[in-house]
Amino acid sequence: MPVSLANSQIVYEALKKCGIGLVSALPETWLVHLIRMAEDDPEMILVRLAKEEEAVGISAGAHFAGTKSAMLMQNHGFLASINGIVSFAQLYRIPLLMVISYRGHFGERDPWQTQGGAATEPLLRALGIPYAFLDDPKTVEKRIAAAQTWAASSLHPAAVLLTRELMWEE
Amino acid sequence: MEPMMQRIECLRAIHPRLQDCLVVTIMGAVPTELQSLGHRSNFFYLQHAMGLASSTGLGLALCLPEQRIVVIDGDGSILMNLGGFTTLARYRPMNLVHVIFDNESLLSVGGFPTATATGSDLAAIAQAAGIPKAKTVRTLQEFEQAFAEAMAGNELTCIVAKVEATGPKSYITELSLLENRFQFRRHIEKITNKSKPSDLTLRPLLSPRLSGELLTLVPFVFLRVTLWLIFVLAVKQAFVRWTRWQVF
Repeated sequence: MPVSLANSQIVYEALKKCGIGLVSALPETWLVHLIRMAEDDPEMILVRLAKEEEAVGISAGAHFAGTKSAMLMQNHGFLASINGIVSFAQLYRIPLLMVISYRGHFGERDPWQTQGGAATEPLLRALGIPYAFLDDPKTVEKRIAAAQTWAASSLHPAAVLLTRELMWEE
Repeated sequence: MEPMMQRIECLRAIHPRLQDCLVVTIMGAVPTELQSLGHRSNFFYLQHAMGLASSTGLGLALCLPEQRIVVIDGDGSILMNLGGFTTLARYRPMNLVHVIFDNESLLSVGGFPTATATGSDLAAIAQAAGIPKAKTVRTLQEFEQAFAEAMAGNELTCIVAKVEATGPKSYITELSLLENRFQFRRHIEKITNKSKPSDLTLRPLLSPRLSGELLTLVPFVFLRVTLWLIFVLAVKQAFVRWTRWQVF
C-alpha cells in the first residue's frame, strides 16, 4: 500500500509526545497505519466509531475526564461531524484536536473524493477553525504540538490536515 | 387503563442515587426537571448536539473506569445516533448505565411522533446492537428496580422507560451552559485528583528556569556551610587548648 508508513509513524509519535491518551477513529485509506499503531499501543485508548460525529462526544467526555484526545478522520468525516462540532465543542468550549486526512484535493484520482476536497478548507474557515498542513515530515511534530497547545489554551477545535505529499508514496 | 409513567417521577426516584455518579443528560425536559429536583455539580446537561450524550458518557466511562457514569437520554436523541449503540456495545463499559426516556415524541418541538410511536423498539435495537442488558419498563416500580439492578451490576445496561409525553412549560433554566460545563469539569478534577490538563494551569511559584538556577547554587551553599563549620570547630579547639595551657 503506498500510504507512507514512515510518515504515519512520525504523526503517531507526535501525537504521543503531546500527551494524547485517547484517539477515536473511523478507518480510511490514509489512516490505516495510524489506526494500527493506536491499536498496538497498550497505553492508547482507541475508540472505533460508527460515524465521526460520535468522536465529538467521546473527546468531550475525555476532556471532562482530564484525558487529552485526538480525532482521526477523513475530511468527509469532518463534514459529517459539523453539528457536533458547532453545537457541542464550540457551544461548550471543548478543545478538539482533529487530524483530518485531506482527500479529494489536487492529485486525487478517486472522483468520489473531489467535492469534499474542495469544500474542506472553506468549511474550516467558515467555522473559524484554525488549521495547519502536515506536508513535511520535518515539521509534523511541531505543527501537531502547536495545534494541540492552541486547542487546549483556547478551548476550541483545531485541525491539522494530512496532505497527499505526506501520506502518499507513488 | 393505568396512567402512564411520568418522567419526573422516575427522576425523583433516582435523584438521591445520582449523587455519587457522573451524570450526562440530553436537552429539553430532562435537564429542566432534574434541575427542579436539585442541580448538582456532577450533572452535565448537553443542551444541544442531539445524540451525543451517550457518546460523551462513553468517553467518560473509558477514561474513568473507576467512576459510575449515568447517561439520561431520550428517544428523539438516541434515534439521531443509533450507530452510537454499536460503539457502546463494542466497548461495553461496565461502569455505564444508559437510561432512555421514551415518550414517543419530539416533545419540545411540537410533540411530533418519533419512530418509536410507530413500532421501533429501542430496547430491541440496543440488544441487537450488542448491548449486554437492555430492557423496556412501563411502571415506576419496574423502573426503580431496573435502575437499582443496573447500578449494582457490572454490565453495560440500557433501560428504556416508556413515559408520558408531558413536560415543563419552559426549557430555559437559570444555569448557564458554560457555568455547568466548567463546574462539571472541576467536579471531576476534584474527585479524581488528576493532574491538570488544559482548562487552567496553576503556575508554580518559581518558574522552572529560576528554580533550575537556584538548584545550581546548592553545591556552593553546601561548601560555604561546611567551611564555616570547620572554622568554628577549629576556633573552639584552639580555645580549649588555650584554656588548658592557662591551667598548667
